[in-house]
Amino acid sequence: MINIQNVHKSFGDLEVLKGINLEVKKGEVLSIIGGSGSGKSTLLYCINAIEKINAGKITVDDIDVHDKATNQDKLRQKLGMVFQQWNSFPHLTVLENVALAPRIVKKMSKDEAIEIGEKELTHVGLGDKFDVYPTKMSGGQQQRLAIARALAMRPDYMLFDEITSALDPELVGEVLDTLRVLREDGMTMICVTHEIAFAREVSDNIAFFHEGIIEEMGSPDQVISNPQKETTQKFLSKVLS
Amino acid sequence: MDYQFHWNTVFQKMPEMLEGAFVTLHVSILSMLIGIVIAVFLAIVKMNQIKPFSYISSVWIEISRNTPALFQIYMAYFGLGAFGIHLSPYVAVLSALIFVNAGYLAETFRGGFQSIPKTQYSASKSLGMTNFQSYWYIILPQMFRRIYHPMTNQFVWSILMSSLGILVGMSELSGETQRLQSLSFRTLEFFMVAAVMYYIITKFVLISASLISRRLFKGEI
Amino acid sequence: MGSLFTPLSWNDSGLILAGIWNTIVISVVAIVIGTILGLIIGFIRSESNKTVNLILSSLLDILRSVPLIIQLILFSTFVGAWGYPLEPFVAGSIILSLYTMAFMSEVFRSAFESVHSSMLTASRSLGLSYWQTVFYIRLPIGIRTVFPSWLGVALSVIKDSALVSVIGYMELLRTSDQLISRTQQPLEILLGVGLFYFLISYPLSLYGKHVERKMAL
Repeated sequence: MINIQNVHKSFGDLEVLKGINLEVKKGEVLSIIGGSGSGKSTLLYCINAIEKINAGKITVDDIDVHDKATNQDKLRQKLGMVFQQWNSFPHLTVLENVALAPRIVKKMSKDEAIEIGEKELTHVGLGDKFDVYPTKMSGGQQQRLAIARALAMRPDYMLFDEITSALDPELVGEVLDTLRVLREDGMTMICVTHEIAFAREVSDNIAFFHEGIIEEMGSPDQVISNPQKETTQKFLSKVLS
Repeated sequence: MDYQFHWNTVFQKMPEMLEGAFVTLHVSILSMLIGIVIAVFLAIVKMNQIKPFSYISSVWIEISRNTPALFQIYMAYFGLGAFGIHLSPYVAVLSALIFVNAGYLAETFRGGFQSIPKTQYSASKSLGMTNFQSYWYIILPQMFRRIYHPMTNQFVWSILMSSLGILVGMSELSGETQRLQSLSFRTLEFFMVAAVMYYIITKFVLISASLISRRLFKGEI
Repeated sequence: MGSLFTPLSWNDSGLILAGIWNTIVISVVAIVIGTILGLIIGFIRSESNKTVNLILSSLLDILRSVPLIIQLILFSTFVGAWGYPLEPFVAGSIILSLYTMAFMSEVFRSAFESVHSSMLTASRSLGLSYWQTVFYIRLPIGIRTVFPSWLGVALSVIKDSALVSVIGYMELLRTSDQLISRTQQPLEILLGVGLFYFLISYPLSLYGKHVERKMAL
């Protein structure tokens, strides 16, 4: 379970998170929507400790993420993350991209790591690309590679940071299909996304972020179909029109 | 043209010419190796603003890039005499080449490092890699590809500039050529052979560097 | 007993100024001629087929793969042996210009090639002739992008001009070399010389970086 209590985060004078409270249980899918600058991506970075927080507490399976005593490298093995920019490692083949971390972080044997790599790549539909270099692939394929790479670490949670916003429109579908497969697998996910229709389809809960606070949260039916707050209505009418 | 070429004199002295070429290679390789070590240090202290070393680093880099190599060799050979330091021609040329290589390579390393997107680091951290692992497996290999070509050029530059040893009586290829031609006054022949030898050495370095890079760097950046 | 060595005095300033002047003159000559020739060859190379390119590039490669100092010695000895000895200034200018040309042609070739063919098609479709395209589109755009690397080559030519001293041209470093053997004050003289080069090269290199940064935006 990921538990977020009253989290504050500032960059210099700019406060981007102003007291966030959230809970994501095992097996749940939470989508976070909101305008740019609403703090939704920052929250993901705070959850996996790439960013520090100024106040509050985040726990993952009861481990305090930002406690000095916590081994954050170890903790991140529980949390797979996929970024807006796919960040494939350009000097490694597709298979090496996926097999590297299991081998050096989890100290698996080379054969084991390769086996996992091949399995995850096949899972996301890249079974024929093992020896290709990522720069030769489309953005959609590279984004699926990034998903396979994160999955190969056998994480308990997946964090997705606007993973379709840098893609050409015709490539968005294949990446969302991959997420649907994960949903079927029962993966616990937090998706920061602009794809409202997709969020509505796969999420258990949707949180609408506005200027650093959660303006509205609930089931897709509540938040998308019957938004109560004016800011939510405005946002939705803008993105859905 | 009345000039009669006499090649025999040169061919008789080939062993000595080759010895000179060996010293040329020797001094340039050594100047690269030591230069690289210092450059890493200069680049790191400059990027991390570690005072007071970062000031020393900036001064070193700017002086080495903005004054002639010949000036630096003269400084090492004549100038340091004022402090009671008397270097042999070999050491003077070596120190000058190290000084310049370190300065140029420090900037090369800094640029190479900064050209790797920060997100590569976040991505490796998100996979649970330690700082060391992120640098060793992800950042440095990519950086190495970008600095490989400038490093090769710097090496060629060192080979060519070591020829300034001729002006302080060092017995690398040019200095040795100078000495040998003064014994026979076959200036043209000796320097033509020296020119060909330099050409072969630099071509050899460049071609092997590109063959090696093809083996090393399979993916694209 | 009169000393063999006499210290540096104000009387030497004329000599030093002459050395500075000679360094500036030969650098400017080499940069101007080298730029013009480099521009022409760079243009030819960007326009030519593979064979012409290969021939040109292997010729230019010789200039880049043999130390400048050897080129200078060879050339001045050669014209002497031929029976037409040249003034150190003339011989030095010729070799330094050719050397500059070799590097400049590379700079200009990549600049010409960086002006994308789509832009050329666009301008041709506007009805511009070939030479109009060259003069109104390719040259202006090429020259703008080329400035930082052009400046880099020019600065290295100023520094390399010190090597012309080897064939007897009294540029700054050779002048100081002579002053050193007379005065036995190497440090003061060399520091002065170094400062001169630094004061020319450093501000210009900063300006080059500034332009480069502005273009990157």
